[in-house]
Amino acid sequence: MILVVAEQRDGRLNRATWETIAAAQALSANDMPMKVVALGASIGPVAQELAAAGVGEVVATEHEALATYTPDGFTMALRRVIESLTPTFVLLPHTYQTRDFAPVLAARMRASLITDVTGINGSGASATFARPMFQGKLAADVRPQGAAPFLVSIQIGAYRADTVKKGSAASITSVSVDIDAAAIRQKPEPPFQEAKQAVDLSQAERIVSVGRGIKSQENIAIAETMARAMGAEIAASRPICDNGWLPMERQIGSSGQTVAPKLYVALGISGAIQHLVGMKGARTIVAINKDADAPIFEVADYGIVGDLFEIVPALVKELEKA
Amino acid sequence: MKIAVCIKQVPTREWQPRLNDAHTWIREQDVSYEMNEPDAYALEEALRLREKHGGEVVVCSAGPTRVQQVIREALARGADRALHVEADALGSADAFVTAESLAAAMADERFDLVLTGLQSDDQGHAQMGVILAERLGVPHSTIIMEIKVEEGTIRVKRELEGGWFQWIAMPLPALLTIQSGINQLRYATLKGIMAAKKKEIRKVALPGGLQPAQQIVSLSMPTRSKQTQMIAGSAPEAARELVRRLREEARVL
Repeated sequence: MILVVAEQRDGRLNRATWETIAAAQALSANDMPMKVVALGASIGPVAQELAAAGVGEVVATEHEALATYTPDGFTMALRRVIESLTPTFVLLPHTYQTRDFAPVLAARMRASLITDVTGINGSGASATFARPMFQGKLAADVRPQGAAPFLVSIQIGAYRADTVKKGSAASITSVSVDIDAAAIRQKPEPPFQEAKQAVDLSQAERIVSVGRGIKSQENIAIAETMARAMGAEIAASRPICDNGWLPMERQIGSSGQTVAPKLYVALGISGAIQHLVGMKGARTIVAINKDADAPIFEVADYGIVGDLFEIVPALVKELEKA
Repeated sequence: MKIAVCIKQVPTREWQPRLNDAHTWIREQDVSYEMNEPDAYALEEALRLREKHGGEVVVCSAGPTRVQQVIREALARGADRALHVEADALGSADAFVTAESLAAAMADERFDLVLTGLQSDDQGHAQMGVILAERLGVPHSTIIMEIKVEEGTIRVKRELEGGWFQWIAMPLPALLTIQSGINQLRYATLKGIMAAKKKEIRKVALPGGLQPAQQIVSLSMPTRSKQTQMIAGSAPEAARELVRRLREEARVL
């Protein structure tokens, strides 16, 4: 049996949950039954939404101590659920929340955890899992070791939520858990946003984005000139914002904004997975990079291998001609 | 405060991947190495906490003899001493084996706070720190952007997705995984490099009987999900051709 761990906040399932269900269906290949577990203080509507999709039995696990996510609370609860249901695989969306608790859960159960999975080779118990390594420069095919359960987290965007095969409404069961709230060591406060996001890059039609290849803060102006000539917003990968060369609200990627413009031009961006998840939905992607093996070229429609300090001024000249 | 920082030695960013003959690992003889970037931020944060609250910073690393390069660098930047779990097999170990071997070496030290980067730039499991917290029996939090130490507890700012954050309090001892960009890195001074030569690196043997949690069946160059049209020529030629295609083919200009 494959158990999918759904992720919800304030009663809303995220898209990554549906993508993980799509991955579970690929892993099952109609050969392994599937269940979906949802955790929270009061999970009724979420369980019903999942049951209506008819992807497999829905397991509702409710407890006051699960009202707000904590790694200790979720680890205790999921361990009980897994021990009671004895799945072969446990699939989770590779979100920041999963990253926070899944390694503890695996370590406590002495189970294997394969993270950031982008593809499944074969199906059922003999399946192996594709995941990026070395910042996406290499693709690894990985096999879990030891005994079941095998935990697997599915990268955001690796499977498509709209490919989930739905069936007739499934039943809802429950697994009760006994959690000692006093044993939860982390005391979380409500989430907040740092500053009002002045720029909503998700609405931009064109984006020119800069990465480490821009080399210095002074050189940002070169990219800004090109953005103006294209009628584009300027954005950046994480290291540029970490250095303070552009404000944090212009960051694209898993910790920044997710965008899907008509045109995305990546200047000197190598294309680590944390960046790709934020922009691979763009309709047309242009990559300009001196390294022909940079992972950004894997998602690009048009690529130029070369020195951006020569190519960008030439592009500006060309754009200003018309 | 007694602070541990776990660091990993990883291939440099400029490294061009080459595989071994069996395509199960990289060709290590071609590689030049550096400190994993998020770990460098964890080290910097530890040094700043020591400056504010006193105590010592102990750098911990698991790997072959070669990892002394990054241990020395950490000592040169200001760490007080080091623990090195030394074994050739640790060069390609998974997060589980690395965490178990570090836990065995670190348990007796009874650190107040353990910091490490949120993930490594080589295998990138993003698991080692969290497993280490479990084995050390301490609470943890991940992807941290700010640390405030209070009496016997800490308050940390955890990054959530899409520009959201959250403050979380927990008792000490604790383990935190640090996000890149939490601070501005310092570099080693000549004085620091000289002082590092006299600092202690305690070598610890790899505990026996550790079983990996996963096996790399094969490594390969990634396949392209899109048919990328590569545009060649001099800079003016490539620029002209790209603009033409963006206007006429893609119709996005």
